[in-house]
Amino acid sequence: MSGLALLGFGPDGWGRLLLSGCLLTLQVSLCSMAIGTVLGGLLAWARIRGPRPVRALTAAYGIVLRGVPELLVIFLLYFGLPSLIASLWSAMGWPPPGLLPAFVTGGLAIGLVSAAYQAEVFRGGVAAIPVGQFEAARALGLTDLLCLRRILIPQMLRITLPALGNVWQFNLKDSALVSVIGLAELMRVSLVGAGSTRQPFLFLSAAIVLYLVLTSISDLAFRTLDRRFSQDAKEAS
Amino acid sequence: MADGSGFYAPTLAQLFGAVPVTLLILLVSMTLATLLAAVLTACSASASPGLRAFRAGWTFLFRGTPLILQIFMIYYGLAMLPWIRWGPAWPAFRDPIFCTCLALTCCCSAYIGEVFRGALAAVPAGEIEAGKACGMSRLQLLRRVIAPALIRIALPSYSNEVIMLAKSTSLASTITVLDITGVAQGIISKTYRTLDVFLCAAALYLLINAILSAGLRAWADRLSIDRPTPKAVEPL
Repeated sequence: MSGLALLGFGPDGWGRLLLSGCLLTLQVSLCSMAIGTVLGGLLAWARIRGPRPVRALTAAYGIVLRGVPELLVIFLLYFGLPSLIASLWSAMGWPPPGLLPAFVTGGLAIGLVSAAYQAEVFRGGVAAIPVGQFEAARALGLTDLLCLRRILIPQMLRITLPALGNVWQFNLKDSALVSVIGLAELMRVSLVGAGSTRQPFLFLSAAIVLYLVLTSISDLAFRTLDRRFSQDAKEAS
Repeated sequence: MADGSGFYAPTLAQLFGAVPVTLLILLVSMTLATLLAAVLTACSASASPGLRAFRAGWTFLFRGTPLILQIFMIYYGLAMLPWIRWGPAWPAFRDPIFCTCLALTCCCSAYIGEVFRGALAAVPAGEIEAGKACGMSRLQLLRRVIAPALIRIALPSYSNEVIMLAKSTSLASTITVLDITGVAQGIISKTYRTLDVFLCAAALYLLINAILSAGLRAWADRLSIDRPTPKAVEPL
């Protein structure tokens, strides 16, 4: 069978599977990015405002998660999390849960790593905002929450956007590592296709093109957003 | 279990045995990637549109795809091409360590090349003009003015890329290389003590990265001898 037919959408084509792999890659990346943003935000907040031991802990989190290979983090969660949950469940007297789906473990693993990087991004973003603004907010009697919503977040979005774009690209590429625990995302699908048709060059080339499409689209999206944000900022000032 | 020390000591010893493989991959790829990145940076500063397009394409390809995919492509995919499979380079492409080093070199050269390119743009134009005005040749200018400034500016980001590279060496285990991660998986298949073994491996990677980043920071500190910035002359 010719290569194009193999990659196409015909009855023997892998097109549909490859596209669903792309979709799953996007889903894992989006979930891990969201986990990373929430946890990273909390970590940055703890790192800036927390008491000394909490600050040391968050610093240690950053050092460990940014110093251990992502592959090991995925393996650790994949094998470690179920036994942790099982012992927790048995301590509560509940019946043992089944295996966690690869999507959950993989997304969480990439998300935990992403959080370590995003925490650094947010910390840098806060540092880039003049202290006088916070003093002014306090002088006006703004509560912490209001200060966060009206002053910190709008400016942080604009300042950290390029760096967050970088983190997103890393997330997207790290999601390929989740294939090692069997999630049928783009990398896995193309490997399975390569194996069962004995055409690794063809299928891995297809995967390269699809990943390039994904990263190019994200790059374009972040650039457009960045341009719009900086334009808004210029008009406002 | 009671055999705490009885398990950890031999496991760590076995994992330590794999450190040379990981370090070999790391050092070879780091050196070659840095050299290639310098070439790419020269391409980006070149007047020839062909060279600039080559650099842009290289960067686009290797930064836009996952490293694990590049490793699989080089190890499994290229073997399908007749001129590789039956060519003179086949003994090299059959070797998983060579393939890992090749993939890491290509991938990291793209990232490090971007670091160098950014640093090159940050070298003060006045310094280069001053060098030219002193009658320096192009080589002298590069060696005495551009390279020292560029290294100083690029070093912090370069260190980040090296740490990334060190972590990426673990992907070698996916194509049967017995590096730290590969050996860890081997021990697990015999002992089934997944968590303990992976934690030991993680600790080893942390140690390697700590040493790497301490060394690079020491180098950066030595380079950035903060010479007192010339104070503005007090107006009389």
